[in-house]
Amino acid sequence: MGVFAWIVKRDLMLALRHRADLFTALFFFIIVVSLFPLGIGPEADTLRLIAPGVVWVAALLASMLALERLFAVDHADGTLEQMLLAPQPVALLVLGKIVAHWLVTGLPLVVVGPVLGLQYDLSADALGVLLISLLLGTPALSLIGAIGAALTLGLRGGGVLVSLLVLPLYIPVLIFGAGAVEAHIAGLGSDSHLYLLGAIGMVALLLAPLATAAALRVSVE
Amino acid sequence: MSSRLINWFKFSSPATFYPLAGRLLPWFAVTAVVLIGIGLYMSFFVAPTDYKQGEGYRIIFIHVPAAWMSMFIYLVMAFWSALGLIFNTRLSAMMAQALAPTGALFTFIALWTGAFWGKPMWGTWWVWDARLTSELILLFLYMGYIALTSAIEDTRRADRAGALLVLVGVVNIPIIYYSVEWWNTLHQGSTINFRKESSMTTTMLYTMLIMALGCWAYTIAAALSRVRSIMLERERNSTWAQQLVAEGKA
Repeated sequence: MGVFAWIVKRDLMLALRHRADLFTALFFFIIVVSLFPLGIGPEADTLRLIAPGVVWVAALLASMLALERLFAVDHADGTLEQMLLAPQPVALLVLGKIVAHWLVTGLPLVVVGPVLGLQYDLSADALGVLLISLLLGTPALSLIGAIGAALTLGLRGGGVLVSLLVLPLYIPVLIFGAGAVEAHIAGLGSDSHLYLLGAIGMVALLLAPLATAAALRVSVE
Repeated sequence: MSSRLINWFKFSSPATFYPLAGRLLPWFAVTAVVLIGIGLYMSFFVAPTDYKQGEGYRIIFIHVPAAWMSMFIYLVMAFWSALGLIFNTRLSAMMAQALAPTGALFTFIALWTGAFWGKPMWGTWWVWDARLTSELILLFLYMGYIALTSAIEDTRRADRAGALLVLVGVVNIPIIYYSVEWWNTLHQGSTINFRKESSMTTTMLYTMLIMALGCWAYTIAAALSRVRSIMLERERNSTWAQQLVAEGKA
């Protein structure tokens, strides 16, 4: 576990020293969510209806955009190769990187999401459900996305390619994430959606680091 | 044990599989043409008119086999991918790559014919039904695979990256399918229920089975033909490939 904590700490420190990077994904998220009322119109009834979907789709896109930096820098300066050669299990190192990446790019979305929901006139308890669904769902996005990031490492046009690979795999998270808020608004109760979101997160936590480690070995060798 | 293993792996080498594929190819191609010919004749002239849907239902004879193939081919790709990753056989990945365009083609045909069927029957080209949506996502998965393998120039990396992606996709397909299904029941968007299919007459059933077998034969023929090209292209520097080209047998 020592190496896990070490790599989380290292990646967080690196991220804090490049603060501009921290904000790009977050501001992308904010801008995308703010664009929808401009395109659709400011009627509060419509906005309430589309809010969960819009916030969640924007979160999907923002966390996908942030994926490119997950391994690219370490790959460019050779650190990644050293990590693959290290005696510690690669999946553990990968998990550490994903956790740090989520803290830097996913957690801000969780914090800002409900604020954006306010712009869409969501009620306070719907905002609470949105917060919980983002908290449960965004780690799964980082975990699944890491596989795509590892597969496309160092490829020409990797950014567009990763969207093609990762977005279809994000669909269940989108459905249950936005579904939780919608079900709550409709008075059906959001528990079942949140449980399923948590279950997807657990499966991703179990399998994604292994798949990512295998993908990194393929990409780096 | 070892002798049996050697038997199994004999054709995993492109040099031995290339001639075998060449010998099998015409048989499957002819079978495909004959079966699809019979199937099309039966679907247009022999199968009775449906009492509810009229003549328009006949598109089912291409729609359903295409949908079956689209799903089945992804599973076959996953099988070859797993085999390739486990045994490190080059041919497995080539088979997976040879199958992918045919799988994407059948997915597209299933969606396209579904739209043409939906318009006269339900008055709409598209509904966000669970089956339609998951078929669309399947098309995205095929496209992702094709895009990834063609973006990587190093063939060894392309093979293994593609194999990993297919396996990740196969784990995800049930999750995607059920999530889309539950999403659909929550929204209650479509009033059309695809489950309640009217019972088919035996002629219709046989026609559909013949078409399905024809599609199988076509898939095998197309994959064999494509894998032969891939083998030649990749092994162009090997002696067996150059010999074949020199003898004009390639």
